[in-house]
Amino acid sequence: MDKSEDSLTWKDLEIGCVVTEPGSASEYKTGDWRSQRPAWDTSKCVKCGMCYIFCPEGCIHQDSEGYFEADLYYCKGCGICARECWTGAITILEEEE
Amino acid sequence: MMSQRVGIEISLAVAEVAKLADVDVVAAYPITPQTHIVERLAELVANGELSAEYIPVESEHSAMSACLGSSAVGARTFTATAGQGLELMHEVVDVAPSLRLPIVMAVANRALSGPLSVWCDHSDAMGVRDCGWVQMFAENGQAAFDLSLCAFRIAEDPSVLLPTMVHLDGFSLSHVIEPISMLEKDELEGFIPPYEHPFPLRPDKPVTMGAFAPPVIYTETRKAQEVALRSSKKVILQAWKEFGHRFGRYYSPVEGYKSKEATTLLLTMGSFGETATVAIDRMRDNGESVGLINLRLWRPFPFDEIRQAVRNADIVIVFDRCLSSGGPGGPVCSEIRSALYGEKKQPQVVSFIGGLGGRDVTPDDFVNVIRRGIEIAEKGSDEEYEMIGVRE
Ligand code: SF4
Ligand code: SF4
Repeated sequence: MDKSEDSLTWKDLEIGCVVTEPGSASEYKTGDWRSQRPAWDTSKCVKCGMCYIFCPEGCIHQDSEGYFEADLYYCKGCGICARECWTGAITILEEEE
Repeated sequence: MMSQRVGIEISLAVAEVAKLADVDVVAAYPITPQTHIVERLAELVANGELSAEYIPVESEHSAMSACLGSSAVGARTFTATAGQGLELMHEVVDVAPSLRLPIVMAVANRALSGPLSVWCDHSDAMGVRDCGWVQMFAENGQAAFDLSLCAFRIAEDPSVLLPTMVHLDGFSLSHVIEPISMLEKDELEGFIPPYEHPFPLRPDKPVTMGAFAPPVIYTETRKAQEVALRSSKKVILQAWKEFGHRFGRYYSPVEGYKSKEATTLLLTMGSFGETATVAIDRMRDNGESVGLINLRLWRPFPFDEIRQAVRNADIVIVFDRCLSSGGPGGPVCSEIRSALYGEKKQPQVVSFIGGLGGRDVTPDDFVNVIRRGIEIAEKGSDEEYEMIGVRE
């Protein structure tokens, strides 16, 4: 679709609100929902990958040194990664207003 | 082969419609008083008379869910339910019009629990009033047959693509044997064109159906759906007109009986329309200026036709088979009132409720309703509505 979501009129919608473009859900910024964010302390991280496995958004990835970080475009700030990290390497910080 | 008039139970006639329409999928859960419709369909599929997939689901919620799936891949889909079944299905009933899936459903109207009742009233229909389906009420067996046939054509019309409900009163229609002019397959030639969804679920051209809509787009989706439903009236009228031309039976959104010059009109929906004609005849013989209006098309609501039908009347007495608890009384009456509010010439509209949970309403009762309605219109009443036949 050429138009952005907030300029679509009801006439622009496909019949039955069908989405014809595959993978378009990746454009949806679930990061907008976040009120808290995870922060990694690499000195405590043992690179086990538990946070990566448990993140319900699948938004944690490894950096070039093998440490993990969240893609904040998608991270909802649910805190699951911090809860599951058994070395206590992840802390949850309040988002600033 | 020419069509024949045969004595047939109306439920079986409705099942016959699904066979004539050559449905691909029936997903249903049996519930009184709809049972005979789906039992017959199961039989037709089992004995090879109907080449369709019959999915005997574990609940009505699953029935409608299965219908969504089959209609979404482009299969002609039929189901039927009643009362509590429609309630259990409710969540998914709302989804079908949103996805623009032209499922056809027969509802053998039944009162809602509690207390438990398997007998007829229109409470089940009113629970799904605002779900976005095209909805019509049959007044007799022939109408149940004819409207169900037309329902496939209306629902699947490329400019409509909306699910369609045909309401038939439980027991007083569903279980009654009536002489019905059945149509043969070859007579129907071309009346129900093949069903094509513009975006069917197909592996070779994947689409997403039923995605969520955040606040930025939800309103637009509802507007699009509403426009489709309101615009469906053109297609409904056209389908009924063509049906009339081809098969000799004409249907309109609002049916009048001796109503043209009558100063007092009784308005019913469903099979009571038939009973009420007897009351009208008697009062006419007595020189009273009364007539009957039967509301056939419930959604989209036929505003213009209603205004037209009552334009010469001073009093309109609306008889509802459902109670809007704690509200204005009868749901049909509320809609008639709002359709007429603001019109230059407004008749007095009086609300009656009766026939709940299968309670019989006789021609004598209708005569009393009309007389009492005229009295209320003349003298006024403190009550929003009057319930008839209730023992005090
Ligand atoms: S806070 Fe939740 S969404 Fe964000 S990275 Fe951690 S697990 Fe994933
Ligand atoms: S769970 Fe903790 S220790 Fe394991 S990789 Fe993630 S941050 Fe590092």
